[in-house]
Amino acid sequence: MALTFRHLFRSFITTQYPEKRLSTSRRIRGQQFVWRSDLCTGCATCAKSCPHGIIQITTSTNGDNRYVVDNIEFDTGRCMFCGLCVEACPYNALYMGRSYEQARYSRKLLWADMETLMDPANQVSAYGHPELEWRIPRQSLLVYGQISQEMVDEEND
Amino acid sequence: MELEAQPFVINFGPSHPSTHGVFRLRTILDGEVIVDVEPIFGYLHRGIEKLAEGRTYVQNIPFTDRLDYLASMTANHGYVLAVEKLAGIEVPERAEYLRVIMSELMRISSHLMAVGFLTNELGAMMTPLLYMYREREKILDLFEMVCGQRLTYNYMRFGGVSHDIPREFLPAVKKFVREMPGFIDEYDQLLKENEIVLARTKGVGILPADVAINYSVSGPMLRASGVKWDIRKDDPYSVYDRFDFDIPTGSAGDIYDRYRQRIEEMRQSVRILEQAIEQIPPGEVCTKVPSLLRPPKGEVFARIEAPKGELGYYLVSDGSIAPYRFRVRPPALINLGVLRYMSRGWKIGDLIAIFGSVDICVAEVDR
Amino acid sequence: MSVWEYIVDLFVNVRTDWIEWLQGFNLASSLIILLDSLIGIILMLIFVFPIVIIFIWLERRFIAWMQLRPGPNRCGPFGLLQPIADAIKTLIKELIMPAKGDKLVHWLAPVVLFFSGLMLFAVIPIGKGHLGALADLNIGILYIVAIGSLSVTAIFMAGWSSNNKYALLGAMRAVAQLVSYEVPMVLSIVGVVLIVGSLQMSEIVGQQSYPFILVQPLGCFIYFIGAMAELNRSPMDQIEAESELTTGYFTEYSGMKFATFFLGEYISTLAIATIVTTLFLGGWKGPFLPVWFWFVFKVFAVFLVILWMRATLIRVRIDQIMAFSWKFLLPMALINIFITAAEVLIWDKWMSGWESFPWPFIFVNWAIAVVLILLWSKIFFKLGGGRVEVGEVRPGYSQGYGADLQAPVS
Repeated sequence: MALTFRHLFRSFITTQYPEKRLSTSRRIRGQQFVWRSDLCTGCATCAKSCPHGIIQITTSTNGDNRYVVDNIEFDTGRCMFCGLCVEACPYNALYMGRSYEQARYSRKLLWADMETLMDPANQVSAYGHPELEWRIPRQSLLVYGQISQEMVDEEND
Repeated sequence: MELEAQPFVINFGPSHPSTHGVFRLRTILDGEVIVDVEPIFGYLHRGIEKLAEGRTYVQNIPFTDRLDYLASMTANHGYVLAVEKLAGIEVPERAEYLRVIMSELMRISSHLMAVGFLTNELGAMMTPLLYMYREREKILDLFEMVCGQRLTYNYMRFGGVSHDIPREFLPAVKKFVREMPGFIDEYDQLLKENEIVLARTKGVGILPADVAINYSVSGPMLRASGVKWDIRKDDPYSVYDRFDFDIPTGSAGDIYDRYRQRIEEMRQSVRILEQAIEQIPPGEVCTKVPSLLRPPKGEVFARIEAPKGELGYYLVSDGSIAPYRFRVRPPALINLGVLRYMSRGWKIGDLIAIFGSVDICVAEVDR
Repeated sequence: MSVWEYIVDLFVNVRTDWIEWLQGFNLASSLIILLDSLIGIILMLIFVFPIVIIFIWLERRFIAWMQLRPGPNRCGPFGLLQPIADAIKTLIKELIMPAKGDKLVHWLAPVVLFFSGLMLFAVIPIGKGHLGALADLNIGILYIVAIGSLSVTAIFMAGWSSNNKYALLGAMRAVAQLVSYEVPMVLSIVGVVLIVGSLQMSEIVGQQSYPFILVQPLGCFIYFIGAMAELNRSPMDQIEAESELTTGYFTEYSGMKFATFFLGEYISTLAIATIVTTLFLGGWKGPFLPVWFWFVFKVFAVFLVILWMRATLIRVRIDQIMAFSWKFLLPMALINIFITAAEVLIWDKWMSGWESFPWPFIFVNWAIAVVLILLWSKIFFKLGGGRVEVGEVRPGYSQGYGADLQAPVS
């Protein structure tokens, strides 16, 4: 009973979510995908690597013998965000997003079509792309807070 | 006049506060005393074993996360070991150390949950559970830092792990390892010296060693009964043979011993973590493995010491890109078999406590 | 009379003025009594309901603080409006009636529980003199004991009429537990009655120039534990036992019926807290501040201890809880009566000057309480109500089952 009494005077560990947000991991596999049309060659490796087969990609050949992606769609309602498609992409054209507020009222709204995938407002996560990591704010841990730069430097020297 | 007495059948579940998911305990009662108990499961069956036969080896890694969602890393680890054994893949040393660090963190997290839910089922008003959650939160934050998810990690790959750790990971683990023994002592004190806890758990739900072996019980439950059997020591996989740690064992095999067993194992895990972060070498984290892996024909069984017991994977390969047979030996299901033996003759409150001390995860039981 | 003096004993003064004002009309005396009790009831409800609402809020906040989280804090300042929001939510929910349940009893049970809790307040004094309580009966304590045990009926009605196995088990446990805890509870009050020499509540408070917990530590301890069992609060919440019986006897209740049960339980908690305050903590007595402030302050102190226990301790098993009552609390209560009776005799004969503060008795009684509790815990283990020590394993705990696994089970 003394233990609970002592805990009465410790500070809370939860945060009030909508007002206060912790920054997520740099590598978070968030609930959206970011696709870059300029890098994609339409090889469909992502579609092959998906365990659920939720990636639909339609391509056609143009004059100079290259694939053109006509349509690419993700059924994020069935996605389990394993990140295998992002790892599989050989041309770095596919990224996970950092958003985690993708709740929708209807399952149909979870279909991510081409416009959604190319939306400039999407935030790119560094999952599978370690070269992006320095650009993304550092993760704040719930209990420890931020791991300070000094500690990191001390450790890695 | 003699009245006819009927057995009082009561179904705990499928939706009940203390069944850890959808799970049913069909119990025959005589007043408060349990005459018979029969676990009925299958409400969470997703057919993972069958699904796996239609997918490539790599695509099955995310499915192993969904077996025991409180210990996904170890589930990954077991499957990856099985495929590596089948295909003969070498693993870089740094990756082995990373796997050990992740598995031990996972073990601490899973045991924290087990102890927390046990106290909850004994009737504490969520307080110990929430303290455990706070400790677990630190571990989940670490996992999120490494692999981007907090529950379904999908971190291990054939020939290593998917990512190297970020620069701030090791300092955070060091901080965690420094603080954890103090926290374990603190929470242990909340329960160890509490007379009501002792009265509720000592001598209740006894599982003798020979019965435990006959039922092929494994993990903390087996060790709490006094059998010194830990795959990390007895059949070392990964780099567990390089660490110096003890295997604690209980003596009586009652609920209290199972609880003590988990606390002691957390201490040993912290010891392994201390050594692992000292020894971890630099280098590659993953060897190059073709994405469409075609292992040679054959079959393999690999087992690891998961937090809940001996987790085994049996794979049959026919030389194609997908396994011909994918079979999991779930520790929770097999540990559950002994529930009837342990709980007959005890009261309803004891049944729930014994059930909590088995520490099952319904997703793993049903698969 | 200055404003401050009026506020100091607000409850009594309002009532006195009201009666004087009524007497100006030359009404029949029976009508005056009726109108007087009317204002008394209104004042009582004004006192009870805000405190109950604060209790519901405080319970969630206080336990949340112990669990390192802020608790409900969205509705109103500090989440104070949360109970009201909950009440509105339960009001607009559907009332579900089990198909094969007993409709009338099912409907009546929450009402009985609610009013059995509320009726207890009639004899609790919140102010000086006879007008301090709504009805200052000369058998006040007897009234409390009688009405307090009504809640068993309500709980059994709820459990029986729900036609649900969980509810029935909860109700069975309730009857067994509440009836057996009634005995030590009543016996522990006897000590106080012996010292005071009266069953009247106002008399009991009037004679407490020092809180009776000082001379009756054992009685207070037994009464408090008995009350926890009576209120079915953790660690004695066998009746609800969330992890075992979902919610026990009110598993089948929903909507406003559930809310009535919920409210009834908090009213009983408040009632028990006020009784503990009145009997053992000196009631409304206290220096400088208004009497009702001291009363509420003490009630909240008792309530916080209840909450603290709830946040920390785990549930006791049903057979242990019964053993605790019959093998531990009952003998202690009897011993307490003997000691108190002897002390009252000594007091009357030789120690006429000590009434104001009998420190030898305080010292002796605390020593006896500590020694008895320690000693009896040892005997309690021998008697077999405590835990099973490892080594002397009892295989067939309740002869017949479990010992032989091969035995067929019908």
